[in-house]
Amino acid sequence: MKVEIKIPPMGESITDATIGNLLVQSGSQVNADQEILEIETDKVNQALYAPEKGTITFTVQPGQKVNIGDVIGYVETGDADKPVLKPAEAPPPAQAKAKSEKQQAASLQAQPQKEPISPSTGPGSRFGKNEFLNDLAQPQKQKQTEPQGEKFVLESSKKGTDERETRAKLSRVRKVIGDRMVKAQRDAAMLTTFNEADMTQIIALREKFKEDFQKTHGVKLGFMSFFVKAVVAALKEYPLFNSYLDGDELVQRHYFDIGVAVGTDKGLFVPVIRNCDQLSFAEIEKALEKFAKKAREGDLTVDELQGGGFTITNGGVYGSLLSTPILNPPQPGILGMHKIQKRPVVIDDQIAIRSMMYLALSYDHRVADGKDAVNFLVYIKNHLEDPVRLQLEIA
Amino acid sequence: MGRQYDVVVIGSGPGGYIAAIRAAQLGLKTACVEKDKSLGGTCLNVGCIPSKALLTSTEYYEWIQKESAKHGVNVAQSTIDFDKMMARKTEVVNGLTGGVASLFKMHKIDRIEGKARFSSQNLLQVGDQVVEGEHFIVATGSESIPLPFLPFDEKFVVSSTGALALPKIPKRLLIVGAGVIGVEIASIYRRLGSEVVLVEMLDRICPTMDGAISKSLQTILKKQGLEFHLQTKVTAGKEVQNGVVLTVEENQNRFELSGDHVLVAVGRRPYTADLGLKEIGVILDKKGFVQINSQFQTSLPHIYAIGDVIEGPMLAHKASEEGVAAAEIIAGHHPAINYLTIPNVIYTHPEVAAVGMTEGEAREAGLDLLLGTCSLRALGRARCMGETDGLVKIIGEKHSGRLIGMHIIAPHAAELIGEGVLALTNKMTVEDLANAPHAHPALGEGIKEAALNALGRQLAF
Repeated sequence: MKVEIKIPPMGESITDATIGNLLVQSGSQVNADQEILEIETDKVNQALYAPEKGTITFTVQPGQKVNIGDVIGYVETGDADKPVLKPAEAPPPAQAKAKSEKQQAASLQAQPQKEPISPSTGPGSRFGKNEFLNDLAQPQKQKQTEPQGEKFVLESSKKGTDERETRAKLSRVRKVIGDRMVKAQRDAAMLTTFNEADMTQIIALREKFKEDFQKTHGVKLGFMSFFVKAVVAALKEYPLFNSYLDGDELVQRHYFDIGVAVGTDKGLFVPVIRNCDQLSFAEIEKALEKFAKKAREGDLTVDELQGGGFTITNGGVYGSLLSTPILNPPQPGILGMHKIQKRPVVIDDQIAIRSMMYLALSYDHRVADGKDAVNFLVYIKNHLEDPVRLQLEIA
Repeated sequence: MGRQYDVVVIGSGPGGYIAAIRAAQLGLKTACVEKDKSLGGTCLNVGCIPSKALLTSTEYYEWIQKESAKHGVNVAQSTIDFDKMMARKTEVVNGLTGGVASLFKMHKIDRIEGKARFSSQNLLQVGDQVVEGEHFIVATGSESIPLPFLPFDEKFVVSSTGALALPKIPKRLLIVGAGVIGVEIASIYRRLGSEVVLVEMLDRICPTMDGAISKSLQTILKKQGLEFHLQTKVTAGKEVQNGVVLTVEENQNRFELSGDHVLVAVGRRPYTADLGLKEIGVILDKKGFVQINSQFQTSLPHIYAIGDVIEGPMLAHKASEEGVAAAEIIAGHHPAINYLTIPNVIYTHPEVAAVGMTEGEAREAGLDLLLGTCSLRALGRARCMGETDGLVKIIGEKHSGRLIGMHIIAPHAAELIGEGVLALTNKMTVEDLANAPHAHPALGEGIKEAALNALGRQLAF
């Protein structure tokens, strides 16, 4: 019996998708719920699972665009071996051998010198008690297989090492990021204002309370919670930065949803922490920890990525000293954090060594004027330099 | 490229011959090396198949002896023709091993007779023949472990091989090791009139089985007339005229047991010596098991290993699954084996069959459980058959509701467990089993009732 494989609904705003990596080949045997291919959408990459056990045939190619509900192949159930027995469909020995040699080559490549048994090249074929228990613990959730990076390596190595250039198709996520960036630069009147913040007090505060905080809340006290708090305070003071343009209307948000950019090897994601004005430091840190993990594992859902009012991005984790972030439309502002660096600064006519961070605020000049933007950023700076203000909720 | 064979399988047991057939099906040029004249390995020649032939014959005999009269069937005189019984066993074995040979012919698999030894990473020396392969699948199986002070002579001190080919019915048979092999062969000879005494070092028989199941089985087997000495150690043994004497220690008591033969069934070890594996760089562990990754590749990626030579339960059907998987991996496919769904059977009467986790394992894993049992006594079919010894036990995980283990003692449990295998493979819940219609009257109703019992709504008891 033929069971159709369809593109499942993936969230309300998604109507189409791109076929990504095929994780199994047409003609091979699959088990029910085995991952068979990756589909890429504007928001997320996700794996598609075999509906039934049997022999799989794809009717689409990687890179092809499909709509929700499209049939992209089928699984032939019943006597699963039959199609393979047919001489026409059985791979000729040479081909099969070539394939297996390729596989062997890949495994040699992946094999670290010291490891006596080479790690498996594919998803692995042996599932024991540990895998069973993991599956039991998460009956609905299943994991993506290989990270995108690895795919590119394999893709290019296939073409041989003598080529001086190789090509790889952009993933759907990468392409969407690109389109959005260009659109933001084209549509908004974007410019950036800079400032710097003395982080000495926050560092001292973290140092002093890090153990107690960890003990009490079970999560590390990071810098980001201070920034989220400072941004929320500034948004309350300057609501313009928590609004957006819709045609010729300005829409004011009366809630405080902050997006925090997370870089992963699959691309940049901006999960949104909801109602930050009602969250404690610990709750913000916990949310950040959860999202970072989900982003790395490709588990973020569409809902978790939608609807932020303002974004914070931290180039400092990669060592950036100064940069101009690009807006995440229709948001009117984005705050760039940078590397903390000890620098000589003048305090009371004395040169002192302080832990400094440059701050960048990119904003949409259509919404806010320069004065508003500078005030907004200075407000953030003041609250970062004297974090007690955050606790006391004073300007 | 252009080697003589794409795949050379070493060993033609249920792992090796299935691997060879699957490889050939996938278009790979395949050879299978077997040291014995007969294909099929331990399972077909001296293991699963001959033992099941004898278990079936003796079960009929015992039914005539002990049960037939209860049904009002009077059999005037029943006698045993042991030679005939053994000849039939041999016939069954030959039929199946011959079948493997014709399957090889049908799939154009070259059968190479002789002992294999790697002379280099891609060359195999078989007698004076050199066989060249792109890939190899090591499927050489296992052999019985002897007691250190009592080597096998296969006359008085026998392994399962000798025990399935005794010249006559022993008066008294000693068995060291009350595992699967021990209790199956014990059953054969007890039914034929032998006194059978089993000595086991652990505190229960068939220790890999669920605790409740192994206890219940022990009670049933004891009632049938087997004598067990648990937590008993064999400290010495010697051959005497026409028999064997073992010195054993039970609860600090030292005494002697004598019998016509002793079957030593304390375990099996991988058969990897003399293959030349270490010499070419394949890593074995201390016990001789071949080390592999999750795709059955050894430390040399073109050499694969499956079945009893790798870790895991030594089961024919586990080896077959692995053989198929290894062949498919070589052909570039991505097969998957879920080891939790591999069933385990003991062919006593009643049979014992299990799949998934035991209650002990599940508790150790910290799971919250749904437990249900149904005694065969509650089932109409079991009563009609006069077979009320036994039970079905079902283990589910509370939060997901999923089935995680099924354990059965019943006639034909080996067939009944298929339902559990399928349910486990398809991640079904205890509720699914409870809701599935089962024919009435049938032994399978025990599964439904046990599932209902786990949910607190049994209907038959």
